Amino acid sequence: MTKESNNWDLRLYVAGQTSKSVLALTNLKKICEEHLGSKYSIEVIDLSKNPQLAKGDQILAVPTLVRKLPPPLRKIIGDLSNTEKVLVGLDIASRKGL
Amino acid sequence: MAKRKANRPVATPSLAKLKKVLTGIEGLDEITDGGFPAGRPTLVCGNAGCGKTLLAVEFLVRGAQQYGEAGVLVSFEENEEELYENMASLGFDLRRLEIQKKLAIDHVYLERSEIEETGEYDLEGLFIRINHAVQSVGAKRIVLDTIEALFGGIPNENILRSELRRLFRWLKDQGLTAVITAEQGDGTLTRHGLEEYVADCVIMLDHQVSEQTSTRRVRIVKYRGSTHGTIQYPFLIDENGMSVLPLTSIGLNHKVSTARISTGIARLDAMMEGKGYFKGSSILASGTAGTGKTSMAMHLADAACSRGERCLYIASEESADQVVRNGKSIGLNLSKWRTRGLLEFKNARPTLTGLEKHLVTIHKQVNQFDPKVVIFDPISNMSAIGEGAEVQSMLMRMLDFFKSRGITSFCTSLTHGGDALEKTEVGISSIMDTWLLLRDIEYSGERTRVMYILKSRGMAHSNQMREFLITSKGVDLLDIYVGSGRVLTGAARAAQEMKEKQIDIG
Repeated sequence: MTKESNNWDLRLYVAGQTSKSVLALTNLKKICEEHLGSKYSIEVIDLSKNPQLAKGDQILAVPTLVRKLPPPLRKIIGDLSNTEKVLVGLDIASRKGL
Repeated sequence: MAKRKANRPVATPSLAKLKKVLTGIEGLDEITDGGFPAGRPTLVCGNAGCGKTLLAVEFLVRGAQQYGEAGVLVSFEENEEELYENMASLGFDLRRLEIQKKLAIDHVYLERSEIEETGEYDLEGLFIRINHAVQSVGAKRIVLDTIEALFGGIPNENILRSELRRLFRWLKDQGLTAVITAEQGDGTLTRHGLEEYVADCVIMLDHQVSEQTSTRRVRIVKYRGSTHGTIQYPFLIDENGMSVLPLTSIGLNHKVSTARISTGIARLDAMMEGKGYFKGSSILASGTAGTGKTSMAMHLADAACSRGERCLYIASEESADQVVRNGKSIGLNLSKWRTRGLLEFKNARPTLTGLEKHLVTIHKQVNQFDPKVVIFDPISNMSAIGEGAEVQSMLMRMLDFFKSRGITSFCTSLTHGGDALEKTEVGISSIMDTWLLLRDIEYSGERTRVMYILKSRGMAHSNQMREFLITSKGVDLLDIYVGSGRVLTGAARAAQEMKEKQIDIG
């Protein structure tokens, strides 16, 4: 297992510093640290500053978490308050078992 | 304090008319009495394939091309490439408008299976995208086609509904004239109840099939603060986009002319105060088969062209060449006028297309050719393609259209043997200004034709019957023999005249 294949490339789309986006980022960081160790990167994209970026990943709802890697692309919308759902959504549980 | 008071706007009576934005779609602005409400959303609903997207896109294209208003198209179904292709078939070059910064397209795509939800969210991302597109071109118009797709993509309907409410509020605040399309629901205007949010103007499109031909129709369900037509108007989609036929809205205020034009038959002119038909009036010639209706029409065409006027001849039974050939047999050289471009034929079997299509093609032909006289020969077989009331309303609209243009129209109508003579198949005689009746008389082994003017509004016309002769030099009208309580025509008339002469001599 190479390091690349285990890399988690995550993007979190938010719109300004709303309570929802702050909460989502906090939740995400916590989940990643607990379940992915150091093999992840999180890029936070603030659409209120870069509106043109919303089109590329087809973002409608914020916050939206996009799993760019590993493929396939997955999206989770919401403040990520339900850890179980995030793990299922990102498919972390099954992948960790690999 | 006092100064501020003075500045306060005086409460004006609410006579200020609702501001409207012209859509630029042919006919639609007439039935909406000036277009869509400015700065407000309009809901366009209807079944699949009824032309919602087209109406919406044309609204943007016309806005950009004719009124200098840039637009944004937020497409939830078709992507950019599909839109380019689909609209190119209607003559709209969306890509060019994009390059010219007159249009911005954003394809919003949602795949439910890709999306998991957890916790609180809102649709600010959509707002940001729309706002970005609006800013990028300085849009005044926006289309959301069709926003209902969100109901399939956003798992939480409560959030979606409150966000939609916010979105429509936001669109209004931005002063955007919006067109929202939505699929028609079962017994409701829209499947997901969008009419709840967009309440200012609702337009319904419809697609009906009757007698194997389909007709598209548009109806204004509601238009807050505005008058509008209430009936279903037929519309067409062709290579120039959409056109609504609001012809019933023309009303009866067209200008009338006192000028007269020759019928092309000297004796018939004589029967009409020696002057002929009123210019711009509608004339109906009805009669049984073979009584000379088309001959009269050809005379009128010939007379119009001789004066240098253009004449459009709509022949729904005979081909152009056939009409010309038949004209030759009664001494009328119609091919001469054809080559000079004064006479144009339009052949159309009524059954080929629906009534509305006919109406529109006639419309277009008249707009292009600009004739002074239109001949429709015969109108009676239009009843083959529609039900009585529909045909009647179509013909009425057509005649109104001719009148509004000051075009003299001459229609022939076939009466079937056995039917009452004073009855036309399509029941339009009442709206005709002049009605000529042709019939045949069988007497002592001979069939002769007679003609009389049943009515001719606004003139002291002759009430006499005339014997109607079709000769190699054209149509001629002869006095018939009326005496000893009998009407005699043809050989019987000649014999009677001879007899009387002998008596005179004797």
